[in-house]
Amino acid sequence: MSINWFKLSSPASFYPVAGKLIPWFAGGAVVLAAIGLWLGFAVAPTDFQQGEVYRIIFIHVPSAWLSMFLYVVMAFWGALALGFGTRLSGMMAQAIAPTGALMTFVALWTGALWGRPTWGTYWAWDARMTSELILLFLYLGIIALRQAIGDPRRADRACAVLSIVGVVNIPIIYFSVKWWNTLHQGASVKLTGSSMETTMLAGMLVMSFAFWFYSIAIVLARVRAIIVERERDAAWVAALPEVRA
Amino acid sequence: MNHWHFILGAYGVTLIVAVVEILAVRARRRAAVRTAAASAPVSRVQPAASARGA
Repeated sequence: MSINWFKLSSPASFYPVAGKLIPWFAGGAVVLAAIGLWLGFAVAPTDFQQGEVYRIIFIHVPSAWLSMFLYVVMAFWGALALGFGTRLSGMMAQAIAPTGALMTFVALWTGALWGRPTWGTYWAWDARMTSELILLFLYLGIIALRQAIGDPRRADRACAVLSIVGVVNIPIIYFSVKWWNTLHQGASVKLTGSSMETTMLAGMLVMSFAFWFYSIAIVLARVRAIIVERERDAAWVAALPEVRA
Repeated sequence: MNHWHFILGAYGVTLIVAVVEILAVRARRRAAVRTAAASAPVSRVQPAASARGA
């Protein structure tokens, strides 16, 4: 079965497809989160150094990964909007920004609550934490920039430029624990292997997929709202059952 | 030294964030549909014409 990507790039074609995908991703997120929490709280053992508080990793690490990955995906859609002028690309970038900002906030919040009992402080101006905070400001700046520009197509282009420039922060976040001597620990999970206990790692990876599925579902739901907002004068929107009802 | 209040604070706020985001997206979609329905020419004009007995 081949997928006609050019047809899907039209908001009118993408709108019903997104509507069909949302329940699958939302349901998958709920199931994966249930399995991940069971692994994290019932199966994974207590850490011999940190005690129970290490269990914050099951939301801290997935949210931190998602905060970076969503930014790159947002910049990718922004670049497509800038390069090809496709409407749906700008809408996708617009839909990702709030979820990315919330993931960044959750990563910072849970990190602070993990840091207090393990490092003795909620916050330090450490390279990893500071660059993650800058990521939050980038997301908020992009959302504010969009709100400040009335014309959605101009807002797409301006936000795309800002998001593409901000991509430079992503490798800084990721490699900060290698490049600088930081309070934040180095990576426990690498492509070459992991230093974590197997059930802890399994719980964290399952929760990461749960966060992924949640993000996809909520971004698809938001982009459907954005499509209706921006295409409200189009005949196909007027013909939608929910609009005619 | 199990610090369950830190764990509850982390998971609780994450849950609140997710619920607020879901409700905000639902509200945004409903508002978008209402606005689109109000500006859709077909759904506005037809009832008015039939109401006049045209």
